[in-house]
Amino acid sequence: MLSLALPGTSWAHRLPVGLKFGALAAAMLGLTWLTAPLPLAAALAATAGLYLSLGRRAVAEGARALRPVLWIVAFIAAWQVWEGVPMLGLVLGLRICTMVALANFVTLVTPLPDLIALIERLARPLARFGLSPRLPALAIALVLRFIPVLRGRMELLALSWRARSRRRPGPRLIAPLALSLLDDSDHLADALRARGGLAPRPATPPQGRD
Amino acid sequence: MERNFTLVVLFAALIAVLGLVPPIPLASGVPVSAQSLGVMLAGAVLGPMRGALAVLVVEIIVALGLPVLAGGRGGLGVFAGPTVGFLIGWLPAAFVTGLIVEKLHGLHVGIAAGLGAALGGIVVLYACGTLGLMAVLGKGPLEALMLSLPFVPGDLIKAAIAGWLTATIARYRPGALLSRPR
Repeated sequence: MLSLALPGTSWAHRLPVGLKFGALAAAMLGLTWLTAPLPLAAALAATAGLYLSLGRRAVAEGARALRPVLWIVAFIAAWQVWEGVPMLGLVLGLRICTMVALANFVTLVTPLPDLIALIERLARPLARFGLSPRLPALAIALVLRFIPVLRGRMELLALSWRARSRRRPGPRLIAPLALSLLDDSDHLADALRARGGLAPRPATPPQGRD
Repeated sequence: MERNFTLVVLFAALIAVLGLVPPIPLASGVPVSAQSLGVMLAGAVLGPMRGALAVLVVEIIVALGLPVLAGGRGGLGVFAGPTVGFLIGWLPAAFVTGLIVEKLHGLHVGIAAGLGAALGGIVVLYACGTLGLMAVLGKGPLEALMLSLPFVPGDLIKAAIAGWLTATIARYRPGALLSRPR
């Protein structure tokens, strides 16, 4: 499973994660205030400039990530024109495209390890509730580990179905997939327990007297 | 504790993997993805809290920029787009599905799960999705609801499949049905 982040060490990659997310939140708030097309077009141009500063690959990835939104935006714009308020359609289209492109930009320039570190930092208060602060990061790592496993098993189930039947398997293969997943869950729980379980470790090793 | 944790994690992985199944077009031409079936199933099997937690793990992974949503979508941009209500709505959808299965414990588990999936995965989910569309597009509730209506038939089919799958799991792994503790 590959992250959508671009490999590289551009100026944007080197910014601290907290700053990137803070700036994104501020930009989102600012964009909801703008209601005139001209400032919104300027914001979109500035966002395009951000992508351009990273080179051709970033522009291509940004365009690819924007494509599913463009369909909806085109539909909305057409609707507004039909209702006789084309200006509103333009404002909505510009605002949605800018917001989505900006958010995708942060995703493109923030490597996964940085994000996991951010999550571990945010999860620190969990220790107060008797939970390990490593829990969220462990959950994410395990999900990413099991996605290819489950995907491979689904392909195997489809193959053995096709070897026995001419009909399409449809959703019925989800049943054996879910059952096998429940067995995995038991094994995984045993493995976790054997390695000390999920209780938080003491912050400092117990001090012995000598 | 460990077992609850691994069940949540593995159902999150299941939701992600169901996003990889190519969408099947209905007679009307509207594509139906299997991903929200995973959300219904997580609620029906794991119960309200753990089902919603499994969805939360998926949404965190989406926010981290991994392309686990149907059609290879992911990243923070999804949370800024017009369909954000449907993504956030998965949380109450799984919760309500699990709650119905838990509360209607007198009812056959498959029927309860199908009912729960229809209420959580359609009524609650579409309410959240419509609120999201209204917020992003500045539309009235009726117009926003109209945008999502073509997807209702596919979701009704998914609710029925979720009921059948939950009954199958209850038959073969009754201990794993956390929504119906015995």
